[in-house]
Amino acid sequence: MSGAVLQAVPGTGIDVSGLNVWFGDHQVLHGVSFSVPEGGALGLVGESGSGKSTVLRALCGLVDQWSGALRIDGAELGKTRSRGFYRVVQMVFQDPFASLHPRHTIDRTLSEPAQVHGLDRVEERVVTALEQVGLDRSFRFRFPHQLSGGQRQRVAIARALMLEPRVLLLDEPTSALDVSIQAEVLNLLKGLQRDLGLTTLMVSHDLAVVSHMCDAVAIMNRGRILETIAAEDLAAGRVDHPYSRQLLRASSGFDRAVIDSFVDWE
Amino acid sequence: MTDLTSAAPLLEVEDLRVHFHTPRGAVEAVRGLSFTLGRERLGIVGESGSGKSQTGRAILGLTAGNGRITAKTLRFQGQDLLSLSPKQWRAVRGARMSMIMQDPKYSLNPVMTVGDQIVEAYRQHHRVSAAEARLRALAMLARVKIRDPERVFATYPHEVSGGMGQRIMIAMMLIPEPDLIIADEPTSALDVTVRLQVLAILDDLVRERGMALIFISHDLPLVSSFCDRILVMYKGRVVEDLKASELHAARHPYTQGLLGCLPKLDQRQETLPVLRRDPRWEHGTLEEVTR
Amino acid sequence: MSKTDVIGSAAPQGLRGWLSTDTPHSRFQARMGRLWFGWLTFRRNRLAMLGLSIVLLLCAVALFAPLLAPYNPVQGVLNDRLQAGSAAHWFGTDNMGRDILSRLVYGARYTLLVVVLVAVTAAPIGLLVGTVAGYFGGWVDTVLMRVTDIFLAFPKLILALAFVAALGPGLENAVLAIALTSWPPYARLARAETLTVRTADYIAAARLQGLSHPRLIVGHIMPMCTSSLIVRVTLDMAGIILTAAGLGFLGLGAQPPLPEWGAMISEGRQFLLNQWWVATVPGLAIFIVSLGFNLLGDGLRDVLDPRAGGNG
Repeated sequence: MSGAVLQAVPGTGIDVSGLNVWFGDHQVLHGVSFSVPEGGALGLVGESGSGKSTVLRALCGLVDQWSGALRIDGAELGKTRSRGFYRVVQMVFQDPFASLHPRHTIDRTLSEPAQVHGLDRVEERVVTALEQVGLDRSFRFRFPHQLSGGQRQRVAIARALMLEPRVLLLDEPTSALDVSIQAEVLNLLKGLQRDLGLTTLMVSHDLAVVSHMCDAVAIMNRGRILETIAAEDLAAGRVDHPYSRQLLRASSGFDRAVIDSFVDWE
Repeated sequence: MTDLTSAAPLLEVEDLRVHFHTPRGAVEAVRGLSFTLGRERLGIVGESGSGKSQTGRAILGLTAGNGRITAKTLRFQGQDLLSLSPKQWRAVRGARMSMIMQDPKYSLNPVMTVGDQIVEAYRQHHRVSAAEARLRALAMLARVKIRDPERVFATYPHEVSGGMGQRIMIAMMLIPEPDLIIADEPTSALDVTVRLQVLAILDDLVRERGMALIFISHDLPLVSSFCDRILVMYKGRVVEDLKASELHAARHPYTQGLLGCLPKLDQRQETLPVLRRDPRWEHGTLEEVTR
Repeated sequence: MSKTDVIGSAAPQGLRGWLSTDTPHSRFQARMGRLWFGWLTFRRNRLAMLGLSIVLLLCAVALFAPLLAPYNPVQGVLNDRLQAGSAAHWFGTDNMGRDILSRLVYGARYTLLVVVLVAVTAAPIGLLVGTVAGYFGGWVDTVLMRVTDIFLAFPKLILALAFVAALGPGLENAVLAIALTSWPPYARLARAETLTVRTADYIAAARLQGLSHPRLIVGHIMPMCTSSLIVRVTLDMAGIILTAAGLGFLGLGAQPPLPEWGAMISEGRQFLLNQWWVATVPGLAIFIVSLGFNLLGDGLRDVLDPRAGGNG
């Protein structure tokens, strides 16, 4: 494991409290608070516009206007992220067709972060990372367009692992993939989470995917967290908020009676 | 509208093949597909590259320029689709069969108001005055449960949300009262509750007008809860043809695998089962594969 | 992986197999394979192949000028002045009795020189200004783009004329003047491309690897701009040749007796009515070479433009 770059207090994982985010005059997050213990996994679920991806983007410094307190391993994050921050926190994006540079070989995509951070044995690390995500060496010098969607997402995961992070942010990592490939990628992620002890924050619109991957699920709507539920309770249908109940019923397929009961949540 | 009770099937497809010529050689996207369609809701399900979208496009004569379609039979309401001239196609497409695509952002004209586009779609196939066409369009917008049709009529496509855009698309495609609607992943870009609401609207319209629907999707559970019959496609071929209500009794290992690898809310699994692709699926019949 | 491995696995299919493999074994092979598929696409476009042939011919002529030219391009025989085309002088002679074909052949060198020098100076300046402006946005963008606007506001030839007037006539100064006036459109283009890619996930992903701004701009943004820039520069070649010829024609570019094509037209215009070939032949040469660059540019656009399915 890499050195303590962030003056860490062990065992605190991710801690977000009172996070507000604005895009111009429009406030998209309203006082979002949650915490993920080290090695734990939290899912953020919501429909489009709920602000679930914005939480991830705020954590990794891709959002300019925000207020509140963000802590990783107990160290409070400032307005800018140091280079060392990215050795602790890494992210996997939703669309594997958009998140790999189209003109770079897989080799370059994987070796660049290691070179930038001055790591040794770059070649070896690239090969190891490919093995970790279940790709053989023949993929190393290919371009992204020569890979399928699932293979690309594996490369994106390998890239996130190159810096040996302790925190992994997952932004709908399987929603652009076929269901059979989704199962493979979810298994891969779950295995890595377990073997490397990664603290995981996962965003998805799919309740089943999130409850499979995470210990707890926070339901988001219009920039607020409505409730946080343990995965077992979600599986058993024990939810409090009516919006969560509607989301739960909607994910069980096409049913006229259910659809007619839907209301818009303001 | 044609006679609903006629015994002849609406659409007959036999041995449909779609080839594409690419710099890397010929690719066969659809390999010998056969089915007949009555006035029913048929789901075509498969993963990316299964040829499900190309099947829909081939039926509508929308295959891309480097593609070639062959078939023993490709007949719609008794009319051979393979021998249609471009002019005859225009009389079929839009008027008698039409298509709803995944993203309304790309299928609506960005520089025309929503209302004008619906009016145009209607007047293309019906000789009526502008005023009457407008009334029809407004009624249609109301029919797809748009609360304020007058306001939406005057908006441009970029001003409406995804769910609203797809309702508009449905209004536009259904206003000429076609007999067959081909919907290619019509709700995949939508949130789950909006998706179901849009499907409910589509369901109502298809039922009350007695249209046939081909619903192309990757989402097997959704299709099974929405359609009457399902064709499961794998690498350009139909591997299983079954009643939607009998999906749980699917026999083909591919269909079973697709259902099995979905994470389920009500049962926690440490590892998800993954699909082990058998080379026999590419050519074998259901009996050969399940033996 | 050892070298013999690479050769061993590719040998059965020969060079073509090595190039078109889906599993390259080295960076070099990956790059060559990409070029090979570009070439296959390019080759299908007949007009582009014609353009490429013209440009290659121009290069060959410039390279082998001393071997190809039948006469000395600067020293004429005054007795033979203003002769029409014949077996001895295919394209006739000019007012100094110099063989026009020989001058044309040597002139290819100057044309190529101008084109190459302008391309290697103007394009990188434009690329740098455009990507930096587009990437950082804000006041950096405002300042750089207003400077670009000022340059764009002047008609190109007039601005070049002003530069040459200040620097003194001559081919080198003409090149410098053209380069200084042709970077702004490239900056504009590079900025537009940068704006479309800067919000892409792969740029965000690269930022999350902790990459520095220069590294991001040079390694990640610029490669996405170069394709359209190359196409644009190729399409602009014709304009550059014409501007150089225009400066030559006005007596501000290449100085006599250099056989630059524009200067040749300028000298021939006095005899246009009676000895039409003196001005027409270099004019035709400019026309053909310009056309060649334009056709090549169109073909390159099909291959390189990322929006035209280059990632398929």
